Amino acid sequence: MPFIESVDHLTEYRRRVRAARDPQQLQVLVCGGPGCLPLGSEELAAAFAAEMEARGIAGKVLLKTTGCHGLCSHGVRVLIRPQEISYQKVTVEDVPEIVETTLLSGGVVERLVYHHPESQAPCPHKMDIPFYQTQNPLVLRKLDVIDPESLDDYLALGGYRTLRKILFQMTPEQVIEAVEKSGLRGRGGGGFPTGRKWRLCREAQAQPKFVICNGDEGDPGAFMDRAVMEGDPHAVIEGMIVGGYAIGAMRGYIYVRHEYPLAVKRLQKAIDQAREFGLLGTNILRSNFSFDIQISQGAGAFVCGEETALIASIEGKIGEPNPRPPYPVQAGLFGLPTVINNVETWANVPEIINMGPEWFAAMGTDKSKGTKIFSLVGAVNNTGLVEVPMGTSLRQIIFGMGGGIAHNREFKAVQTGGPSGGCIPPQYLDLPVDYDSLQQVGSIMGSGGMIVMDNHDCMVDVARYFISFLMEESCGKCTPCREGLKQLITILNEITTGKGEAHHVDLMEDICQTMATASLCGLGQSAANPVRSTLKYFREEYERHIRDKKCPAKVCRQLLIYTIDPNECTSCLACVRECPVGAISGPKKEPQVIDQDICVKCGLCVDACQFDAVKVE
Amino acid sequence: MDLQRLEGILSRYACQPADLIPVLQDIQDSYNYLPKDELKVVAERLHLPLAQVFSVATFFTMFSLVPKGKHVCKVCVGTTCHLKGGQRLAESLSNRLGVDIGYTTKDMNFTLETVACLGSCAQAPVMMIDDTYYARVTVDKVPKILKKYQ
Ligand SMILES: Cc1cc2nc3c(=O)[nH]c(=O)nc-3n(C[C@H](O)[C@H](O)[C@H](O)COP(=O)(O)O)c2cc1C
Repeated sequence: MPFIESVDHLTEYRRRVRAARDPQQLQVLVCGGPGCLPLGSEELAAAFAAEMEARGIAGKVLLKTTGCHGLCSHGVRVLIRPQEISYQKVTVEDVPEIVETTLLSGGVVERLVYHHPESQAPCPHKMDIPFYQTQNPLVLRKLDVIDPESLDDYLALGGYRTLRKILFQMTPEQVIEAVEKSGLRGRGGGGFPTGRKWRLCREAQAQPKFVICNGDEGDPGAFMDRAVMEGDPHAVIEGMIVGGYAIGAMRGYIYVRHEYPLAVKRLQKAIDQAREFGLLGTNILRSNFSFDIQISQGAGAFVCGEETALIASIEGKIGEPNPRPPYPVQAGLFGLPTVINNVETWANVPEIINMGPEWFAAMGTDKSKGTKIFSLVGAVNNTGLVEVPMGTSLRQIIFGMGGGIAHNREFKAVQTGGPSGGCIPPQYLDLPVDYDSLQQVGSIMGSGGMIVMDNHDCMVDVARYFISFLMEESCGKCTPCREGLKQLITILNEITTGKGEAHHVDLMEDICQTMATASLCGLGQSAANPVRSTLKYFREEYERHIRDKKCPAKVCRQLLIYTIDPNECTSCLACVRECPVGAISGPKKEPQVIDQDICVKCGLCVDACQFDAVKVE
Repeated sequence: MDLQRLEGILSRYACQPADLIPVLQDIQDSYNYLPKDELKVVAERLHLPLAQVFSVATFFTMFSLVPKGKHVCKVCVGTTCHLKGGQRLAESLSNRLGVDIGYTTKDMNFTLETVACLGSCAQAPVMMIDDTYYARVTVDKVPKILKKYQ
């Protein structure tokens, strides 16, 4: 790779990369995103390589493993370009047929394409699939085309054009103005206006200054930041360089949680490439701006996503939050002015500068501009990542892109905003999704997790789950959060095990109020949201647990009775082997029986049985 | 104490207080845990009170003060995995391996852990053994998967 010495050199290099590429080049793009990877992307790519070699087309067809293709439930996904044929649920066994039919003969393997749920018509091309049709991908748009480990791929699609623009055509002041005008708000949860944050930091006196990328992505159920870091790492880096230039920083940190080893690897590779190329380092493109980035790995703590705790952790301290003010823009990393933004926020920046703030502000709602990525998971037919303009309704996302509720069940709620968010009931399905509307119904945007629940999910159990998660993750520094969560979980455990009492509901509301008012950081202040929102919209369900000792969704195990239906039991003994307490027995080759006195109601027999013979009441 | 190995790690850093977490991560990677004697040296060399080194070593979940097993099995109990039976998966593994969550089997082969979210929510329930992901792991698939590591 050459060292780029000047703007002209960069333009020239990009031109050469582009000229060397044939737009009609046949390409096989295997999804290696968070959803497909566990299904075997690597083996699949290897199988393609081997088969293409065997058929003598290895030199003619370009094979790449890319970032997330979006529709994770139908992975492993494979995109064939330039036709944009989109295959789903591809396994190693399908490779010879794809090579034969599509790569050698130009046809379509119909059994591997998406079929429209209503008309049953095949949807061979990506844009025939309803899931993709209604999206508006800005941040995700390159994920299924580029090889995340190739700087050339990023450059070919116009990457680092923004860098050139800011360094030679814009003052830092103009960059900040553009970001302000665009209306971009933080994608990490708080929704603070990004331009204003940058301005406050630029105006701070102390030197040096820092920029930080928050890649902690602690919200369980959210994986958009992982997908962006793994799939388009240079976009994050370019965004950070722009931010560094705007506020006058020379150093940036990317904080990534250690559960994301691939994100760390890809970002490190991208940083190394940018350095080698001269896009990071001293006097970038011979300007007088110098900037470099290093990665800092999280060590596994949810609270470290909170900005002051994250900063403490980069400084080598335990990840305990500190009271604000002072805000990081005044006294952040090492006590110096610091801008901290989320991964998706950074990834939006290059295009905003490149296309202009008006272009960006034309999308979205009055107060929430641009697009937002959501990780749509849970009880829907199509799970994966979707990117839509702000203000798109929950219904469009869940029933449009999500294809409705799986197994023909009933929609019950959607949980947004992670552990600090809430459960939104069916009456708000037409709510436009933006920062303010979600808050009005007792939830938050958070980082964009959207977990859809159906009538087999118990809202009391969901509240209990989040409270127990938060209790584990509370750093313990302030009393309302530490003790409040402890008390909430005690009560919720009693309710879900049949020991609930009538006064518990009021007591919980009281505790929630105290925590929201008196906690030190956002974790404690919002920790009560899961309880509050479920109490508000699903109070009846709490009462069924407390009054009747019943769990209508059949989730709270201590309130259930497990039996084996003798007509369906095949005597395979899978449940007997699984039962941890030896509660299941019976004569050989005859239906088995669960001894209710021994049964600890763990439910493992239900999972172990392949014939649905274990019944739950 | 294997001072040479420790020096090898420390030599990669300027030994500023801010290097504490990366140094501990390297020790954890290399030793599979954080041995006490090594922590004392780290405190000295980074000019930090031993109490601060221990507070960091015990705060973050990725650090362990006791040796971990040859294979580390992480069961995701993120929201989606929770709804789809992640907790039961963890219990099933715990029963089969005969070890509580957070502990290591007697033969040092397996450490069983739960994690907040592995980010593969579309394939819930998910687990990871060492660097390999397993998708849609229902309880009945467990014996076959474990066999590969025994
Ligand atoms: C408990 C807690 C956890 C958080 N976790 C994250 C996170 O994982 N990722 C993130 O980007 N922001 C997280 N935040 C928000 C950050 O504190 C901060 O507002 C954000 O990184 C600012 O970037 P933005 O303005 O681009 O959103 C968290 C906040 C709290 C209170």
